[in-house]
Amino acid sequence: MSGHTDMTLVNDQGIRIDGRKVDEKRPIKIEAGVLKNADGSCYLEIGKNKVLAAVYGPRECRPKHLQDPTKAVIQCKYNMETFSVSDRKRPGTDRRSVEISKLIAEALENVVQTELFPRASIDVYIEILQANAGTRCAGLTAASVALADAGIPMRDLVPAIACGKADDHVVLDLNKEEDNYGQADVPLAIVPSTDEIVLLQMDGNMTREELDHGLDMAFGAAHEVYELQKAALKKRYSDLAKKEGAGDE
Amino acid sequence: MERRNAKRAREIVTPGDVLAASDEYKPGDNTYELNGQIRAQIMGVKTYVDDAVTVIPLGGCYMPVTGDTVIGIINDIGPSNWMADINAPYPAPLHVSEVPWKVEFGDTSRFLNVGDVVLLKILMVDESRKIQVTMKDSGLRKIEGGQLVEITHSKISRVIGKSGSMIQMLKNMTDCRLFVGQNGRIWVDGDDANVEVAVEAIKIIEAEAQSPNLTERVRSFIESKLPQTAGADSPQNAGDNREESQ
Repeated sequence: MSGHTDMTLVNDQGIRIDGRKVDEKRPIKIEAGVLKNADGSCYLEIGKNKVLAAVYGPRECRPKHLQDPTKAVIQCKYNMETFSVSDRKRPGTDRRSVEISKLIAEALENVVQTELFPRASIDVYIEILQANAGTRCAGLTAASVALADAGIPMRDLVPAIACGKADDHVVLDLNKEEDNYGQADVPLAIVPSTDEIVLLQMDGNMTREELDHGLDMAFGAAHEVYELQKAALKKRYSDLAKKEGAGDE
Repeated sequence: MERRNAKRAREIVTPGDVLAASDEYKPGDNTYELNGQIRAQIMGVKTYVDDAVTVIPLGGCYMPVTGDTVIGIINDIGPSNWMADINAPYPAPLHVSEVPWKVEFGDTSRFLNVGDVVLLKILMVDESRKIQVTMKDSGLRKIEGGQLVEITHSKISRVIGKSGSMIQMLKNMTDCRLFVGQNGRIWVDGDDANVEVAVEAIKIIEAEAQSPNLTERVRSFIESKLPQTAGADSPQNAGDNREESQ
C-alpha cells in the first residue's frame, strides 16, 4: 500500500507474479499438536509465511486484576521473530503487534466458550517465524487450531484469509509484493457455521463493488481453509492410531 | 457411568462439526444447538448416549466435579487453610475444619507442608467455579512414599477400566498399591521394580487409550516384564478398586 513499483503485479492473462490466478490462495500446510509442553499447538504455513501458535489454559489468571468473575479472559501475544522479515525486525512489542494481539484475542472471544471458565485465563502465543504478508490471518487460523487441540470448548474454528486489490484487479490472499505495492488489503476471519465475520479490516481503497467481490472470494476461500483446519486436527489422532497399530514406538 | 449405545461410531469431531439434526437426537455434553443442528463444542469422539449425542473430549483441562476423589499437591499455607493444586484452572483451598486432625490457628504447617501430596475429595464447586476440598472421608490422607504419575485426565477411565477391571489387573499383577485421582494423577507404591512396570503400563494405557483390547495388551506387557508367580493374585489386593488401606 505504501510504495510504487514498475512490477506488473497482475498480467493481462490475470496471472500474478507468483503464478497464481486472482482467485487462488497460496498453498497451505497445517499441523496440530507440534509442541509437547503447551496444552495445544499448531504449526501453519501459507505460502512463505511460517507461523507457530501455542495455547495454555484455561488456567488461573495472572495478573489477578485482569480476572473476570463471569468469564475467562483470552490473553493473546502476537510476536514476530527478528529473522522473520528481510531486514532485521527490532525485537519486542510494538504498536503493530499490540494491535494484532488485541484483534486476534477479540476474534477468538467470539467462538471460545469463555463463560465456562470464570476467573481463568486462556493464553495464546503466536510466533511469526517467517513473514510474507497475511500473518495476522495465518496467526489467527493457527491459533484457533491450537485452541481446539488444547481441548478448549468453542463454537467453531476460525479460518482467516485476506483479499485485496492490486493493479486494479481484485485478488485473493495477497503476497508481500501485492501487499506492499497493491491498492488494498482486506483481512477477513469468519465463523464458518454461521458465516459471522469476526475480523475485518481494510488498508487502502476499494470500491464497494470490488469489496463485495473480494469478500465473496474470501468467504469461499475461508471455508476451504476451515476444511484444512479440521483435517489437520483429525490427522493428529489418526496418526496416533496408526502408530498404535504398528505396536510400541 | 452412563449406558452407551451399542452402535458406537468412533468418529473424531472438531468444534463446529454437525453431529445430528436436533429433531433426531438431544444435545448432550460438549455439544450445542444451532439452527436445528447439533454441533460439537470440543474436539473429541462422537458418542450416542441413549437419545442424546455427546462428545467425549480427547484432552483439555480437568474441571472439578463435586464428589470426585483427586490427588492434590499443597502449594501454599495460610493460618487456617492450605492451598492445593489439583490440576484444575482454579486453586483448591483446604480448610482446617476439613482435615482429620485438630489444628490450632496458625499451626497448619505442622500437619501439611508445601510439596506434600494429599488424597482429597471435592466437597463443593459453586457456579463461579470456587472449589472446596476435604480430607474428612475414608481413605483420604497424606501420601508418603511411592511415585506420582500424571496422565491426561480424560484417560483416567481407561486406567480404571470397565468396573475397575484394568486397575484390578494392574494391582494384582504388579503387587502395587494404586490410587487413581480423577484429575489425572495416579499414585503408585510398592516394590521399586514393580512400581516401574506399573508406571510403564500406565503410560501405555495413556498412549493407546483409543485402541480396543487394551486390557489384554497391558496384561501381556506386564507378563513380559514381570513373570507372574503362582501367588500373584494375592488376596490382600482384592480390596475396592480405588484404594488399598495401609
